[in-house]
Amino acid sequence: MRLDDLVSAIGAAYACGTPLRLRGAGSKDFYGGMLLGDVLEVGAYRGIVAYAPSELYITARCGTPLAEIEATLAEQGQMLAFEPPQFTGASLGGCVAAGLAGPRRQQAGAVRDFVLGVKLIDGTGQVLDFGGQVMKNVAGYDVSRLLAGSLGTLGLLAEVSLKVLPRPVAEATLLFAMEEGEAIARLNQWGARPLPISASFWSAGQLFLRLSGARAAVDAAQQKLGGELLAEAGDHWLAVREQQHAAFGTGPLWRLALPSGTPPLGLDGLLASEWGGGQRWYAGDQPGAVLRQAARQAGGHAVLYRAAESQRGLEGAFAPLPEPLLALHRRLKKSFDPRAILNPGRLYAEL
Amino acid sequence: MKPMPTSEPRFATDRPQLARRLQAILPAHCLLLDDEELRPYECDGLTAFRELPLAVCLPENETQVVAILRTCYQLGVPVVARGAGTGLSGGAMPHAQGVVLSLARFNKILRLDPLARLAVVQPGVRNLAVSEAAAPHGLYYAPDPSSQIACTLGGNVAENSGGVHCLKYGLTVHNILRLRLVSIEGEIFEIGSEAPDAPGYDLLALLIGSEGMLGVVTEVTVKLVPKPEQARVVMASFAAVGQAGDAVAAIIAAGIIPAGLEMMDKAATAAVEPFVKAGYDLEAAAILLCESDGTPGEVAEEIERVTAVLTAAGAREIRVSQSEGERLRFWAGRKAAFPAIGRISPDYYCMDGTIPRKRLAEMLEAIAGMEKKYGLRCANVFHAGDGNLHPLIMYDACQPGEWARAEAFGGEILELSVALGGSITGEHGVGIEKINQMCVQYKSPELQVFHAIKAAFDERGLLNPGKAVPSLHRCAEYGQMHVHHGELKFPELERF
Repeated sequence: MRLDDLVSAIGAAYACGTPLRLRGAGSKDFYGGMLLGDVLEVGAYRGIVAYAPSELYITARCGTPLAEIEATLAEQGQMLAFEPPQFTGASLGGCVAAGLAGPRRQQAGAVRDFVLGVKLIDGTGQVLDFGGQVMKNVAGYDVSRLLAGSLGTLGLLAEVSLKVLPRPVAEATLLFAMEEGEAIARLNQWGARPLPISASFWSAGQLFLRLSGARAAVDAAQQKLGGELLAEAGDHWLAVREQQHAAFGTGPLWRLALPSGTPPLGLDGLLASEWGGGQRWYAGDQPGAVLRQAARQAGGHAVLYRAAESQRGLEGAFAPLPEPLLALHRRLKKSFDPRAILNPGRLYAEL
Repeated sequence: MKPMPTSEPRFATDRPQLARRLQAILPAHCLLLDDEELRPYECDGLTAFRELPLAVCLPENETQVVAILRTCYQLGVPVVARGAGTGLSGGAMPHAQGVVLSLARFNKILRLDPLARLAVVQPGVRNLAVSEAAAPHGLYYAPDPSSQIACTLGGNVAENSGGVHCLKYGLTVHNILRLRLVSIEGEIFEIGSEAPDAPGYDLLALLIGSEGMLGVVTEVTVKLVPKPEQARVVMASFAAVGQAGDAVAAIIAAGIIPAGLEMMDKAATAAVEPFVKAGYDLEAAAILLCESDGTPGEVAEEIERVTAVLTAAGAREIRVSQSEGERLRFWAGRKAAFPAIGRISPDYYCMDGTIPRKRLAEMLEAIAGMEKKYGLRCANVFHAGDGNLHPLIMYDACQPGEWARAEAFGGEILELSVALGGSITGEHGVGIEKINQMCVQYKSPELQVFHAIKAAFDERGLLNPGKAVPSLHRCAEYGQMHVHHGELKFPELERF
């Protein structure tokens, strides 16, 4: 597949006003709002375009499997530091468009923090280049980072440049028995100290804490924190990243993003919490309004993360925006996709 | 100098009417109208470009900000927001037909929450003041632009400011959680949150670095991070600039992300050494400063690895700071580079291009050639870890023609940065200074998108008009000028 193929497909859809549903590997079909429009398969537009380990960036086409990218980086002792889930063969475009990060988010940052540049095909079929491959670039508005998490509603991310980082020299996982409230309190106290904590996962009275960094730093932190040292914890963190850990279940799932120190919400259905308390998972078979309200009161928001499309359509996958902000979203959408053909309803029904 | 081009939007403000309307909404001590009082606001840190505004507003609360913006919106008057005025790209240079909106009195830290590790501050709070307030809790605000003693958070947000610790700790965009801002129509928006993310588009990313073009920030929530237990600096000197550049790449390739990684060339060390007596190797073509932070054991481990890499890269001398005093002395020279150049030259012009690290030697060689071509000296300091170069072009504004040569010299460096695969600005912003070079970095379709984004926030183009994003008309004029004056620049280089 060539870039021109994608350009002409989107150009033709623009000419006829045909809604398109952009799809890479389809590993996140469960995520976001409605799946509307003719499917435009982009997975075949793949391949690593450039990788410069000493410049700390990689550029690849949207259909490139994350597994291929991670393997290439691993050969040079590097990684995607936001530890994105791969689910069933996730590709780079969808990874950035969905903006989902894994356990290391709490230490390293979100997907958008690593986006350096994009080649975008907008809703008129025009190819646009924003950002680049250098670490610092403040020329023009930061459109590249805006696109992270936009779920393909502003354009197709045909090519993305990401900042990469060296893999930590040492890692260790500690296990503590504690209840939710104590775990939240402890994690926030630890977060204010210079400790190399790279991930946390609490579920059913157990707190898993991952330390990553220089050998000396990991050893020193282990001494300070105590807990039980868990050998061979790789599988555990993989299961958390891929949401295959038993705690996530298989049914509908709510994700609450909260200020990390928010005390336990005291609601039914808590499955697990991550990111030092900033990300909490709830079973999805309860009224969304209650969770949305609790999250908003705490200064965060709730996402209907995994559910049947009908439920996502009914409840809205994402918390509703106040009207002035929604109006701003509409104007931005219009400037990238004037006929609203790209992934309509995937982020909000109004976009 | 009056830089405003003919092709930008025109405004014709009724000055007496504007004064009356502002007097009706602001107490006398919050409004400056006399030319004499307006004079201090005619430029920011880029003093080569000056313009007198019609009025300066110094609001004390958000209600007044809303009223000022509504008034200007109704009257069609341009508004330029201003923090401490330390910016280096003329982003806060006033508009001749407009109002300067100074946020200087928004100088309070509203809340500091050590457990949540964040601070809610007003935009006129100084960068360093945040870290000072957080220090008793063992926390600090990571981005540390060299002007941090004076520059304010509102300006940092507008420019997406960096500093010497960006490679490890990120830019402003990586350290802001939430913004409260007022649109030109006087509408209040809350963007971002204290949670890890917020629903909808990542408008925080769009607003940070938007150079006052999209809204006026009235509140900033910043992330605070734990202060490392210890920091030490390795200072290494090299006989050739290329060697130093290779050493930088080798450190990164070895899997080390230092807390800071800075380079200075011989002209820069020669200028600062008499001033700060840091003990720099004055025979060296370039020196590197590489900082490690963390636990004492971690620092020792990293310094050992860095030292090995630097030795293998051919360093002629390596010194490791043995005390906090020595560490600060090593840094003092780097931090004093700008004033030190100011001591040996009547004026200097600071550039801000970024390039891939591996092209560093090429860039420095080209700059050496430009020194001869333009007949001006240039000292180079470099955020080497980020590929962000600050050439300091020395000139004398009182000598006829020198500023024009300095400006052309700078423009050529920026355009070479783009040709080498980099950017015209890493952390200082486009402002008015690099508006022409934006035409080199971006093609018309991208510029059109920027204009559309601007229109989504500010349809009438009243916020900071003429800055940051050039009109297509201006680029067409600039392109023609280039065709007239010569061949395509750097024809030998592969284009990115």
